[in-house]
Amino acid sequence: MEILNQISEYLQQGDDDKVFALTKEAIEQDLNPKVILDNSLIAGMNIIGEKFKKHEIFLPDVLMSAKAMYAGLDQLKPLLASKGISGLGKVVIGTVQGDLHDIGKNLVGIMLKGAGFDVIDLGKDVPPEKFVETAKRENAKLIGMSALLTTTMTNMKKVVDLVRKDNSDIKVIIGGAPVSKEFADEIGADAYAYDAGNAVECVKELI
Amino acid sequence: MINILKRIKSNKILVADGAMGTMLFARGLKPGEPPESINLKKTEILEEIAQAYLDAGAKIIQTNTFGASPLKLSDYGLQYKTEEINRIAVERVRKVIENKAYVSGSVGPSGKLLKPFGDTEPEDIYLSFKRQMKALINASVDLICIETMTDLNEATLAIKAAKSFSPEIPVMATMTFDETPRGFYTIMGVSIEDAIVGLQKAGADIIGSNCGNGIENMIKIAHEFNKLTILPIIIQSNAGIPEMKDGKLFYSETPEFFAEKTKELIDAGVSIIGGCCGTTPDYIRTIRKVVDNYIGKE
Repeated sequence: MEILNQISEYLQQGDDDKVFALTKEAIEQDLNPKVILDNSLIAGMNIIGEKFKKHEIFLPDVLMSAKAMYAGLDQLKPLLASKGISGLGKVVIGTVQGDLHDIGKNLVGIMLKGAGFDVIDLGKDVPPEKFVETAKRENAKLIGMSALLTTTMTNMKKVVDLVRKDNSDIKVIIGGAPVSKEFADEIGADAYAYDAGNAVECVKELI
Repeated sequence: MINILKRIKSNKILVADGAMGTMLFARGLKPGEPPESINLKKTEILEEIAQAYLDAGAKIIQTNTFGASPLKLSDYGLQYKTEEINRIAVERVRKVIENKAYVSGSVGPSGKLLKPFGDTEPEDIYLSFKRQMKALINASVDLICIETMTDLNEATLAIKAAKSFSPEIPVMATMTFDETPRGFYTIMGVSIEDAIVGLQKAGADIIGSNCGNGIENMIKIAHEFNKLTILPIIIQSNAGIPEMKDGKLFYSETPEFFAEKTKELIDAGVSIIGGCCGTTPDYIRTIRKVVDNYIGKE
């Protein structure tokens, strides 16, 4: 489908007006919303994610593409819901308590949405209980946490402990500048993601 | 005290201080509390830290004002205390170090993303920086240190804000780079070359890099700066990447490792050597020793 390729192209260029207009057009052509989502928005964000991972593009490019993605996604969401089409699964994300840095976490949210997950973003400075309560209430399969400060990353353990205490099968994945694979093992998290692209890969493996 | 820029011109290597956050947490700052809240509550801690770094041999002591721009303070509802927080930070350091070292007013990122990537207008960030610069300069800092920048536009706004309030105030500006297969870039895509051109054009007097890297990568970064600029260079390395052992954080690079590598920073043409995350007075003491042995005592 030519129009779907075009949407993907404009998404990669960060042109939200064009993505908005062409998604509208695709919907009016009665294309299946799931096909539009998969073959234009997700396909485009996949390429953006790959390029970002290889350092061929940088954060500003990703943010512009994300804006373009939302211009399409916001139109598709109600249609997907009305057809009962669900995404790859619900994921709760946030920056841990005490930490107000959310650029990395936002990036992970963008990439997860761009990969087809339903993302519940709790924002920054999120208390441990809120992560767990939200995940249970929303029936989410996974909690993703970010920290930039060495002093706040220790709050990640509290969330892992709460999840384990319940014997819940909710998976926990962590990331952020000071965090490492060793730290994830130490606190008993299910995975450590070294960047936003890797976070999507890890989440796909876990749920 | 002689202007810091003149002092550097006479071929001196200046030693700067190490981490502030690490020291504050060791003195009871709770995770989640803004580090600048100390300036309103426990000012004796500011004096203790300044004294520790002065005793270790630092000639540039930073103020605890990294997040004290009103935009950043508004995360905690403290923006109305901007003037007080900055003034007290400068006064406490000055009280301890008198004229034995330079008081450097630390200014970190606003935490906001500029349009079109984020939703903040350049004018808002400029005015926020200007208010902080005014408070720091009115309290008689010897220089301004704009640090940990990743967006060149934001760094430029900060430099211009300082210079617009006082054209004479010496301004240091540092950015944080990541190593990529294509060389060093900030997360916002600024190369070392772009950083040098941009920071110089904005009016910075001393440029370089802080945070994000241990000392080995910083040596590489310093060489690149040295190739492309005639301005004095400042480097403040992290003590490596933090690791977790038995529930406690520790940094992989030791003061001894810093001592070993400091010579290479000097050979790379660096004028100011200090530390960033994870470095303590012990690191600064070893840097001081190496500089004294290598260049000669002042």
